[in-house]
Amino acid sequence: MREMFAEDRERLKELGVGAMDKSARSQARQARRVRERLANSAALTVLLIAAGITVAALAVIILYVLIHGAPSISPRFIFTWPHGVNAEGGIWPTIVSTIYVTALAMLIATPIAVLAAVYLAEYARQGRIVTIIRFAADSLASVPSIVMGLFGLAFFVDAFHLPMSMLAAALALALLMLPIIMRATEEAIRAVPRYIRWGSYGLGATKWQTVSKVVLPWAMPRIITGLVLAMGRAIGETAVVFYTMGMAINMPLTPLDSGRSMAVHLYMLAVDGINLKAAYGTALMLMIIILVLNSLAHLIQRRYRKVR
Amino acid sequence: MALDPLVAGVPTPAITHDSTAYSTPLVSVAEDTTFFVRNMEFFYGDFHALTGVSLDIHGGAITALIGPSGCGKSTFLRCLNRMNDLIAGTKIEGSVLFGGADIYGSGVDPVDLRRRVGMIFQQPNPFPQSIYDNVAFGPRLQGIRKKSELDAIVEDSLKRANLWKEVKDILGRNGLAISGGQQQRLCIARVLAVEPDVLLMDEPCSAIDPTSVQKIEDLMAEIKDEVTTIIVTHNMQQAARVSDYTSFFLQEVAGEPAVLVESGKTNDIFTTPLDKRTEDYITGRFG
Repeated sequence: MREMFAEDRERLKELGVGAMDKSARSQARQARRVRERLANSAALTVLLIAAGITVAALAVIILYVLIHGAPSISPRFIFTWPHGVNAEGGIWPTIVSTIYVTALAMLIATPIAVLAAVYLAEYARQGRIVTIIRFAADSLASVPSIVMGLFGLAFFVDAFHLPMSMLAAALALALLMLPIIMRATEEAIRAVPRYIRWGSYGLGATKWQTVSKVVLPWAMPRIITGLVLAMGRAIGETAVVFYTMGMAINMPLTPLDSGRSMAVHLYMLAVDGINLKAAYGTALMLMIIILVLNSLAHLIQRRYRKVR
Repeated sequence: MALDPLVAGVPTPAITHDSTAYSTPLVSVAEDTTFFVRNMEFFYGDFHALTGVSLDIHGGAITALIGPSGCGKSTFLRCLNRMNDLIAGTKIEGSVLFGGADIYGSGVDPVDLRRRVGMIFQQPNPFPQSIYDNVAFGPRLQGIRKKSELDAIVEDSLKRANLWKEVKDILGRNGLAISGGQQQRLCIARVLAVEPDVLLMDEPCSAIDPTSVQKIEDLMAEIKDEVTTIIVTHNMQQAARVSDYTSFFLQEVAGEPAVLVESGKTNDIFTTPLDKRTEDYITGRFG
């Protein structure tokens, strides 16, 4: 990089002094080319720095958690129950609770969000109502999760008399995930090229046949990206589940059982510094689980994408 | 080529057709006429795209639609299987009879129409599934489930599309994993699998390799007795090579609607055009 700059600078010098024999026009052109090349190098440098910061931030976070968390991780830590004041021992019930509630929330949110997106993108008359729905979804996506937790408590637990449970938490989480999945699916459907739909209509397919057999499979990789984003949001969610499924260490069997998620456990461990080591261990486990689920999603995505 | 009326109860040919937008007296439709278009006007929103188009499309033959870019030939083509219905804000006036029935009449389901009037696009558009499933897509929509029956249709369609030899051992491969020219022939096989009466081709050869172009032109000639074909092309040589009839569209002033300047036997259009504008276009003076 520095060599490039040096070379350019030298060229500029050369042009300034020793280029009298060249015509003025070609000189100006030469100078412009040098300026352009300088600007190009400068832009590249800035972009590289920006990209570098992004990668570095991720690397530092992962390294930090890895260094502090790795010593706590053992089969014992993963597969046994906590004991003492719930600060010692393992975290197994919190892992199960976390996966349980996230899966349940996905099951609730995905069909509703995808069908709503299909309606918005394919069937609804594009106009003010659709714009309003879209704006509402975007606003819903930016509601602070603590507010969503409070609402979940007031609505599902107090008003609907659900116990503090997997189900109540999953419903509240689903509210959080709905707009994310819906908007991603809608964008994915809109990105399906017109000629692909026409290919299907040209074979005498009805609208629903076209949507279900051609448009959705085509959009699937992007829809899965949306699902992964939503899942990531839900799995690490603390405030919502704290309000709606409680913090009791419990092994959930039915959806009406309560439990403590990993994120809540992490919070409890860290809040008074009762066991920071275990907190980092839990954090690392949470990251590993998210990584595994993301990789799984990518595998499914690859199957849909194949050659695209 | 005899065609069933699209709507039961509509007489063939439709001598008693009573569209109000319709001014030319309707004489009986010639025996081999597949499409009978009179005084068609077409609008994209406020933009008047085509005006006064009247044209007979002959069955069992290949008709080429030629003209410079933006002359409405693709628009006209899409009117024939109501593909333009899918574009918001379009409007059509006049008469388009297919097999004697008005395809824009009430009671016509565009889905049924498109099963009989298939379409190929400029951009090959295989679905992201196996070659086999691509060809079986249409028959499955019609409720054919039996494996042996589907196998036979897939093989036959791929053979008619001049693609069988190249793909018979890779039927399970993704339709997007083959070359562009092969993809285009796959799309043709996919359409042929629903046994359409008519095949509309919108510049099918402009994005593919010469070998595939050759194969597509060959197959067009081979199937034309069973499948009436209408092809939009920018390639004058191609029009002259493959078609029996040619129609020349032209938008003379930008922003004004395009018209059908002249149509007739391909040989006549290319050797003794009646209209000066046709001659200018064919001899390459514009466009």
